[in-house]
Amino acid sequence: MTRPLTFLRSLLGTAAVLLIASLVIFLLIDAAPGDPAEIMLGTSAQPDTLAALRAELGLDRPLMVRYLGWLAGVFTGDLGQSYTYGVAVRELIAERLTVTLPLTLMATVLAVVISLPLGVIAAARPGKPEDGLASLFSQIGIAVPNFWIGLLLILAFALKFKWFPPGGFPGWDAGFGPAFSALVLPSIALAIPQAAVLTRVTRAAVIEVANEDFVRTARAKGLSRNRALWRHTVPNSLLPVVTMLGLQIPFLISGAVLVENVFSLPGIGTLAYQALSQRDLIVVQNVVLLFAVIVLVVNAGTDALYARLDPRLRARK
Amino acid sequence: MTKSLAVLKGTCLAILLAGTAPVWAQDTHAVTFVQPVEPQGLDPTVSSPVAAGQVTWQNVFEGLVAIDRDGRVVPQLARDWTISEDGLTYSFHLRDDVTFQNGVPFDATTAKFTLERILGENSTNGQKANYTAISGVEAVDATTLVLTLSRRDADLLYWLGYPAAVMVEPGSADSNGTTPVGTGPFKVDEWRKGDRVLMSAWDGYWGEAPALETVTARFINDPQAQAAALQAGQVDIVGNLNAPELFAQFTDDPDFHAVAGAGEMEIVAGMNNAKPPFDDLRVRQALMMAVDRPSLVAAVSSGHGTEIGSHFSPANPFYEDLTGEFPYDPQRAKALLTEAGYPDGFSFEFKVPTRPYAQRSAEILQAFFSQIGVNANIQSSDFPATWIQDVFKDTNYDMTIVGHAEPLDIGIYARDNYYFNYDNAEFRQQMDQIAAATDETARETGYRKAQEILAHDLPALFLFSYPKLGVWKAGLDGVWENGPVPANDMTDVHWVD
Repeated sequence: MTRPLTFLRSLLGTAAVLLIASLVIFLLIDAAPGDPAEIMLGTSAQPDTLAALRAELGLDRPLMVRYLGWLAGVFTGDLGQSYTYGVAVRELIAERLTVTLPLTLMATVLAVVISLPLGVIAAARPGKPEDGLASLFSQIGIAVPNFWIGLLLILAFALKFKWFPPGGFPGWDAGFGPAFSALVLPSIALAIPQAAVLTRVTRAAVIEVANEDFVRTARAKGLSRNRALWRHTVPNSLLPVVTMLGLQIPFLISGAVLVENVFSLPGIGTLAYQALSQRDLIVVQNVVLLFAVIVLVVNAGTDALYARLDPRLRARK
Repeated sequence: MTKSLAVLKGTCLAILLAGTAPVWAQDTHAVTFVQPVEPQGLDPTVSSPVAAGQVTWQNVFEGLVAIDRDGRVVPQLARDWTISEDGLTYSFHLRDDVTFQNGVPFDATTAKFTLERILGENSTNGQKANYTAISGVEAVDATTLVLTLSRRDADLLYWLGYPAAVMVEPGSADSNGTTPVGTGPFKVDEWRKGDRVLMSAWDGYWGEAPALETVTARFINDPQAQAAALQAGQVDIVGNLNAPELFAQFTDDPDFHAVAGAGEMEIVAGMNNAKPPFDDLRVRQALMMAVDRPSLVAAVSSGHGTEIGSHFSPANPFYEDLTGEFPYDPQRAKALLTEAGYPDGFSFEFKVPTRPYAQRSAEILQAFFSQIGVNANIQSSDFPATWIQDVFKDTNYDMTIVGHAEPLDIGIYARDNYYFNYDNAEFRQQMDQIAAATDETARETGYRKAQEILAHDLPALFLFSYPKLGVWKAGLDGVWENGPVPANDMTDVHWVD
């Protein structure tokens, strides 16, 4: 099969998955208990007031009409209007992404920067103190939830040393410095559990590849331990690491919800959390759909990266 | 190696400098207060008024009358008023020197518009029910507004002072949710959603100009984060710190004022009065006597808050202490249960909303009930969404526990289909009498009698009134200590020295 056709096929497949995802999201969210109008009006509202608000929000229309309306809007870029904020959902999401995207990017970079060297060093010296330390780090990092790490970071670096603000986000128009420093602690809190998992995966992958025949051959041909490690073992161990990085994206997103809450950052996680608790369903729908898109795009990206890292996979297609 | 170290050092230094930059230097004309829940729009006359009112009530929007920090009704945009002998005609004399922040003058016509908007068919005012006694609104001249009532309603004046009845102007009414226009001392400059609302003093204000030039409301929901923001100097006022265990660290700190004021929220464990065994008065009384309320308060809110014996909190001017009615007495409780036919106790479903005070209280109640052989199966109920549907609307529950925050809301026990499923003709009659009261003494007597009926009949277990744990920076004056209405009124707040 030629490449453009393969590409088209995978694109259509992705579109179909998204369409099904959108229907499932819509139905699930609609079936969740809690009427948006009731939550907005509070417990002392009268039936006629409720009816008026439901009509205003378009909640009195049939289920399928609302779904198709939403879907049509998604295609034209009109994601609808938030029930609670009364502004366009597209604007809300775009605003929040300016916080969440840099945050998750910083966390991912940080996680990779910490875990790769740590995992490789641990693998190179199994059983040695370095290995023990790396293992301790990954055990703690996996066991301790990221919001708790966040609280500890606030206690130490915001309240005790006063190096960073304890929360909030001044906005990028306040300048790069203040905005960046507001993201430092949350990105560390978000990165540590990821780094812990990646350290473990890296260590295992490096050890496995180090026992392969081609590494032994390279050593037999006179390559030093170190050169064999960096030249042959590490590059060939990256595949499982990249897989894990791709798999962790959904966890990163759900982690951001908690971390943003602890640091009161106005990111997409806070938006999702708040919209869900207030049953701002239209916002929830769109945010969840966005998450689905992100996961699918990352999966596609991981596949493409695979092919680059391992020519055998390319050949198989 | 040395090069990369230098780069690393440089990066660290840059980060540190960025972090220590004095972004939050003390400004004696500015105040930032914490608002835990971001409002769903800034207009307190639509939707649920609580969160919107906590940002804009008194700061941006004002009413014909206001409720002051003691919970009393005082004049505001109305200079004074007269009520006819039969209690059915209210005549307000309005100020003639008031304009809205968009330049439109305030007069009887705008007041008429505001009230008719609340009562209109398409009204989305969540408090509409409190104003339905009004049958006619007439703007006699620019400064005279006359309300005609279809029935007496002694509470009407109070509700006209509530956030849900602030005065709005026809031209800007529909956009008040995002760009509010009121008659108050501050105007909204920007709403950064998810983060803060920025307000500044408005130079066209009719009253005395506020001492503050800017007021910022910051949305921080997590109590830990609220405390951290206070300590780091990011915010100046937390009107109600929602974690009593964090409050203690501020009471000993000379940099802060920490005041446990009286709140309007009563924590009650509502029971499904239509369902056995809770339809039996003896069972309800036994459960009440199984609870040691002072211990409950100590465990749930670090001893702040006051135990109650009926529905009103001590913040209410008509409060009566009825905690002696059914004091802690497990022996008598057990005897009553036996008398009611449950010598070995019983089991029930305890649907507890996901709110810290409710979860903690429920666990302690569970322990108390087990002492008299009653087994409470705690089930968490996602609040508000699931709880409103399951408990509040469908009344599919045995017992639940909720804080009732609305002032003067004792009438909920007289409502049809309210979640208690409580039906008491004597109590309904009592509420009618209160509405018909022609003077303040009669109204007070009525409310005291109503509290007594409930204290004896126990449609819900009356537990305690939740404290308003205010914390603000030393040097700030004028912050409300008590919370008779949910508000963050900044009009009198100023820095001293």
